[in-house]
Amino acid sequence: MINKHKNGWARAGRIAKRTLAVAELAMSKLFLLVIGALSLPALAAYDVDIPPPATAIASEIYNLHYYILIVCVVIFVAVFGAMFYSIFKFRKSQGAKPDVNFHESTLIEIIWTVIPFIILIAMAIPATSTILAMKDSSNPDLTIKVVGYQWGWQYEYQQDGVSFYSSLATPWAQVGQPGVPATEARGPNYLLEVDNPMVVPVGKKVRLLITSNDVLHGWYVPALGVNQYGIPGFIKDSWFKVEKAGTYKGQCSQICGKLHGFMPITVVAKSPADYDAWVKEAKTKFAIPTADSPAVAPVAVATLVDEPGKKWTLDELKKAGESIYSANCAACHQADGKGNPAMKAKALDGSPIVTGPKAGQIAILLKGRPNTQMGGFDRLSDVELAAVATYSRNSWGNKVGDTVQPADIKSARK
Amino acid sequence: MSATTHPADHAADHHDHKPYGLSRWLFTTNHKDIGTMYLLFGLLMAIVGGFLSLGIRAELFMPGLQILQPETFNSFMTLHGLIMVFGAVMPVFVGFANWLIPMQIGAADMAFPRMNNWSFWLLPPAAILLAGSFFVEGGAIQSGWTLYPPLFTQSGISGDMTILAVHILGASSIMGSINIVTTVLNLRAPGMTLMKLPLFVWTWLITAYLLIAVMPVLAGAVTMLLTDRHFGTSFFNAAGGGDPTMFMHIFWFFGHPEVYIIILPAFGIVSQIIPAFSRKPLFGYASMVYATSSIAILSFIVWGHHMFTVGMPAAGQLFFMYATMLIAVPTGVKVFNWIATMWRGSLTFETPMLWALGFLFMFTMGGFTGLVLAITPVDITLHNSYYVVAHFHYTMVAGASFAIFGGVYFWWPKWTGKMYNESFGKLHFWWTTIGFNLTFFPQHFLGLAGMPRRIPDYALQFAEWNMISSIGAFFLAAGQIFFMITLWLSYKSGAPAKDRQWEGADSLEWTHLPSPVPYHTFETVPVLK
Repeated sequence: MINKHKNGWARAGRIAKRTLAVAELAMSKLFLLVIGALSLPALAAYDVDIPPPATAIASEIYNLHYYILIVCVVIFVAVFGAMFYSIFKFRKSQGAKPDVNFHESTLIEIIWTVIPFIILIAMAIPATSTILAMKDSSNPDLTIKVVGYQWGWQYEYQQDGVSFYSSLATPWAQVGQPGVPATEARGPNYLLEVDNPMVVPVGKKVRLLITSNDVLHGWYVPALGVNQYGIPGFIKDSWFKVEKAGTYKGQCSQICGKLHGFMPITVVAKSPADYDAWVKEAKTKFAIPTADSPAVAPVAVATLVDEPGKKWTLDELKKAGESIYSANCAACHQADGKGNPAMKAKALDGSPIVTGPKAGQIAILLKGRPNTQMGGFDRLSDVELAAVATYSRNSWGNKVGDTVQPADIKSARK
Repeated sequence: MSATTHPADHAADHHDHKPYGLSRWLFTTNHKDIGTMYLLFGLLMAIVGGFLSLGIRAELFMPGLQILQPETFNSFMTLHGLIMVFGAVMPVFVGFANWLIPMQIGAADMAFPRMNNWSFWLLPPAAILLAGSFFVEGGAIQSGWTLYPPLFTQSGISGDMTILAVHILGASSIMGSINIVTTVLNLRAPGMTLMKLPLFVWTWLITAYLLIAVMPVLAGAVTMLLTDRHFGTSFFNAAGGGDPTMFMHIFWFFGHPEVYIIILPAFGIVSQIIPAFSRKPLFGYASMVYATSSIAILSFIVWGHHMFTVGMPAAGQLFFMYATMLIAVPTGVKVFNWIATMWRGSLTFETPMLWALGFLFMFTMGGFTGLVLAITPVDITLHNSYYVVAHFHYTMVAGASFAIFGGVYFWWPKWTGKMYNESFGKLHFWWTTIGFNLTFFPQHFLGLAGMPRRIPDYALQFAEWNMISSIGAFFLAAGQIFFMITLWLSYKSGAPAKDRQWEGADSLEWTHLPSPVPYHTFETVPVLK
């Protein structure tokens, strides 16, 4: 079948045969491995499809993809049918003689230019109507501002006066480190779970105003048919209308630095009644602080709500600081404050800055350290920064014994 | 084609002395020496880039972080892209151009031999800057090969090293392209009209124009990054009146033609191989030339399809979608022409032909996924997912690299005068084909299921396909070690090659020159009728 090359290298030929035999063995091993992997029932996810759409736009996208895919498969079969027919039919070893005059045909060439063009038009028509529908963000029932941060999201419901951060909730103990295996078992929502999900009402048109605080991010939830960059300094919009109550997962889609892979998105769609109940709760939990906002009694975890002029106790700040630390700091500085030399993250336990004068620590918390991975955290509120500073000054081996008050942060911001 | 000179270029025999040692390579102006250096440099860079990709795949073998810190992962991913595009694939194609264009048009050498030397020797400093950036404070850049600000602006000193490397590589490419354009337009042998040029020369002529057009655009973009970083400008900083989106527009105005810069020479190589093993002239030669030109022209008006998720207006999305879909027409013409070349031919399946057919089959699959991604709404749900990674590896690896492998096996006997072992070559082809598909086909599924690209760790539902993909990557890499062994064995002890090793090959290097080709060829210009 194949034009054997007569070069008389007996030795090379033997090596070739042996190599082929070894390769065959390796291939069969590999095949078994692949089959073995394919049949692991406990893990078998093997998703091969776009997630089930939850909005009308996502359904259109889903169907559009199948339509294009099927057209492509038909073309594929036709074109490569011709190729394989040639491969089997026109072999020299079968005595095929070349027809050297068959090398031009204006008619054939016109046909195979025009037919693809017509197919493309048939593809473009439904795609165009979907694009126009996706771009129509008019008359929303609800607008949420989305701000990307290195590395998390902020959701702001301006009409309700609600604003909160949404960060990765998977403990770092499940991720592990190079050379240090994970110490906790990974849960089903590993890397896709957040502390505070975006909550939206079912059946309402939700318009997103998407931007970023630092670098490019991508707000990407496939089931909602939304994938939109957050661009610092610019606001871009997108929208969705969820049809069924449920939880929809996504991730940041645009590389944004070290923890790009660790900024998931969760959208919880609730019935309008449940949504209203959530808004009511959020108004106390996640109220946007304003100069004249009335003091709100803090609830259990929400020691994060500032009460102007209040002097906080060390225990209150330390308790609140722990959760802020694990959401914002522990990825690099580690839960035990020992830092991570491989990431060049300094130890906070015993650090002269953390245990030194407050002003030095506050300056770094607000502005970060230039040309390192340590960015500024001025996006956190005064009370949040006060809490995390107090926590780090009085945890692990650090026993400074003082507190950092929101007022300290406020004056340092100026 | 017939010629008035004797097939064996006798003029060369008396002038075949060449300098020896290091100075031969350092000061050479010989297109064959320079071609060889380009090819070896590309191989070395492919090894470096391949090592980085194995680091990526090793980390992604299982969920969790095992091997690389996230920032190191980002550096690996970024430098894998930069090194493979600018260090491996592009130099290898320039190596082919250097070796083949003078021989295929009947010229003694390139038009500007000293500039040719300089354009090669610019590459090693650039490569050192790129590879060396791993060892400076903060490590290599982590922004992805697209260098998007503001993330890129956050880089340490490695950001400046990368900018300088891109400038140097761009200068090298522009010089190489000017050389190729001048050579093809001025040094053709009498009788070698433009419409008689082998298609490889045509595709490179068009590629060279693309390079001259877009490399300065990239240089401008990275210069603006440099001044944004150090001289207080705000081209891409909204706080100073700039716009990060503008960088994306400029980058992709370079970046999309760049895609065709990488694939057009591959089209050229395949257009030489398929007719040779079909023993029939290329079907629709003129339409191949026109299709290649159309692709090149269209490549300037489709850049926006890389940016459907920046929030451009509906009119912008529609324009870029239609323009992108239009590229399917000339690309389809090329595929149909290749198949029609085989139709009613007399086919044999030596190693180069296997690679060309592998190219045809799998590059077209990359073309189909490209069509899927051209549809804006579908792109929005797949943008920056693994589907995109699968798509461009089907065009870059199964496309460009398969053509490179086919080209190496095809011209190896001409370059070295030695035959390689056919069984080894075929084994290498099947090994690579299986490894490639095992690595990249599952990535379509990962992307459809919503796995973003450029992440060092992933949710558990993506675990199975990632494991298969990683196994495939190591299998694929092992096959390339076998490739190097195959070539080395042939170089050391291969059987002598015939002057016209492939009976169906009819360009000048096969019909007019012996194997191996002498150091100097066509010192007396052949006259073609």
